[in-house]
Amino acid sequence: MSLSVTRRTRLSTAWLFVLVPIVILLIAAPWWAGRADLRLMGEIALYMSLAVLWNLLAGYAGLVSVGQQAYVGFGGYLFFALTMLAGLHPFAALPLVVLAGFVISAPVAVLIFRLRGAYFAIGTWVVAEVFRLSFAQISSLGGGSGTSLSPSIVRSLADGRDAREAVAWWLALGAGMLVIGAVVWLLRSRQGVALTAIRDNELAARSLGIDIWRTKFTVYVVVSGLTALIGALIFLQKLRISPDAAFSANDWTAFVIFIVVIGGIGTLEGPILGTLVFFALRETLADLGTLYLIALGVVAIVIMLFAPRGLWGFLRDRWGVELFPLSRRVSGLAKKEA
Amino acid sequence: MDWLNAIVQGTLLGGLYALFAAGLSLIFGVMRLVNIAHGDLIVLSAYVALSFSVSLGLNPLLALVLVVPTMALVGYALQRLILNRTMGEDILPPLLVTFGLSVILQNVLLMGYSADPQNLQAGAIETASVSLGPLAVGVMPVMVFVTAVVVIAALQWMFYRTALGRAFRATSDRQDVAQLMGLNRAHVFGLAMALSLAVTALAGVFLGIRTAFDPAAGGTRLIFGFEAVIIGGLGNLWGTLAGGVILGVAQTLGAKIDPGYQILAGHIAFLIILALRPRGLFPRIDA
Repeated sequence: MSLSVTRRTRLSTAWLFVLVPIVILLIAAPWWAGRADLRLMGEIALYMSLAVLWNLLAGYAGLVSVGQQAYVGFGGYLFFALTMLAGLHPFAALPLVVLAGFVISAPVAVLIFRLRGAYFAIGTWVVAEVFRLSFAQISSLGGGSGTSLSPSIVRSLADGRDAREAVAWWLALGAGMLVIGAVVWLLRSRQGVALTAIRDNELAARSLGIDIWRTKFTVYVVVSGLTALIGALIFLQKLRISPDAAFSANDWTAFVIFIVVIGGIGTLEGPILGTLVFFALRETLADLGTLYLIALGVVAIVIMLFAPRGLWGFLRDRWGVELFPLSRRVSGLAKKEA
Repeated sequence: MDWLNAIVQGTLLGGLYALFAAGLSLIFGVMRLVNIAHGDLIVLSAYVALSFSVSLGLNPLLALVLVVPTMALVGYALQRLILNRTMGEDILPPLLVTFGLSVILQNVLLMGYSADPQNLQAGAIETASVSLGPLAVGVMPVMVFVTAVVVIAALQWMFYRTALGRAFRATSDRQDVAQLMGLNRAHVFGLAMALSLAVTALAGVFLGIRTAFDPAAGGTRLIFGFEAVIIGGLGNLWGTLAGGVILGVAQTLGAKIDPGYQILAGHIAFLIILALRPRGLFPRIDA
């Protein structure tokens, strides 16, 4: 009997057939969803992207950052600067934001990769603080109190308010799909095999000849550039930016970490599921205010202590399900051996 | 003379930062744990002191007699009930659990005390000063600095001269062997966290007397403490004091140039030292 290795399972193929109509339905959302729903869905898409990106960083590359708000804020501010100060069209500014994210995160990585483990985490936070304090000094972007996106730039997106809301939604959806697509592609590539090996055992991966530093560096830079893009889109939706909102550790790191921990760290499906759970909870419990945040923290701690692989990890352990064709499976082995 | 004044004030401020850092350094040394909620525990101490001093009419400095043991108990319970479950090879669980604790603490304080900034009123000593030649030095900052020196000397003595210190060092070197020698790892870790939070209690009260604080003030304090630890070199307590002083001086000099640069100057000093001396100025152990 011949052995073959495949990543696809019956479920992942079926999922592909479910995914296509879902995406079509989502693209058509401006025709069936109200303005408020569209905004909420845009927010979900952007949070999902942040969660998927943070999970790639922490769950796969072992780079537990609590300072990704540095790049969310950087992207937001750079987008405002490029459109308002440099006069670029928003669509031209977005790719530049990604590039600038790559460029700025590379030296940052060289510096903070000197810190290990948990100290790395706090180091990323220091970097985020440096970004926040620096942008608060730029008076042409409103200094400490921030600034609003000028109406002419908002108008340049599309004619009419509904059309603009639709464009903002398509941008958020497109960014979400770009991020998930990029992560699937990365995880299926040679780099992805190296990453998965690092996730499972860093020492073993090193002894197989994987260049740990370079792999982690690549992930950090790619994730930071894409995080900057998401930041630009978040503040395009909000139309207003200030240092405290742009570099908020609560909004862009705490929530994202909770989403990933609850959904399941170290899987691609986990952060996606986590985002949906997070927003379902938020929409029903948001009236509780601070109590809601406390509950979220308690849930995250309980999951970390008793089910460290989160909701998706639980499902996967139980039924071996995987929606995206990522892990390799050997078929053709005799049943006895398996 | 203004510059000399800034350097002296910065040095004294460094004493406070060393107190922020000592607790962090201690638990990292004993169990390689980095507590993300450390800053929030400093702020919690300030609020505990506030409650004691308001309800009992105590001077916050006297309230320390109650705050220190309270925080030590909190530390022991926290370690035994929650954090010991996260200790292992994987750094993710302790990191994310202490991160969750940090968010919980902030919001519990927000519910209990509102977002209004609070202050600890220590009376006349707050504004008392002595003149040293041409400089006027506040009594409180000098007291804080002396306390930091005493605390670090005491911790150093405890580590190298007492049975408890021996237990800490043994567990730090080889947890499994220490366990075989009859040390209860869970209890030793509990004691280390209790000691860490006892120091944190001092830091919190001094912080509350020096400046206004609110439930969200913890993050910055964690960062200052962490920077002092890294600048000084991991695992070196006297290095931590030096790190605190360097951070404090960088901040006061930055503020001298422009008040907006105070905190930024401290961070930049930290990043420069990280770039030039990644293991800190006086390293002792590998991270």
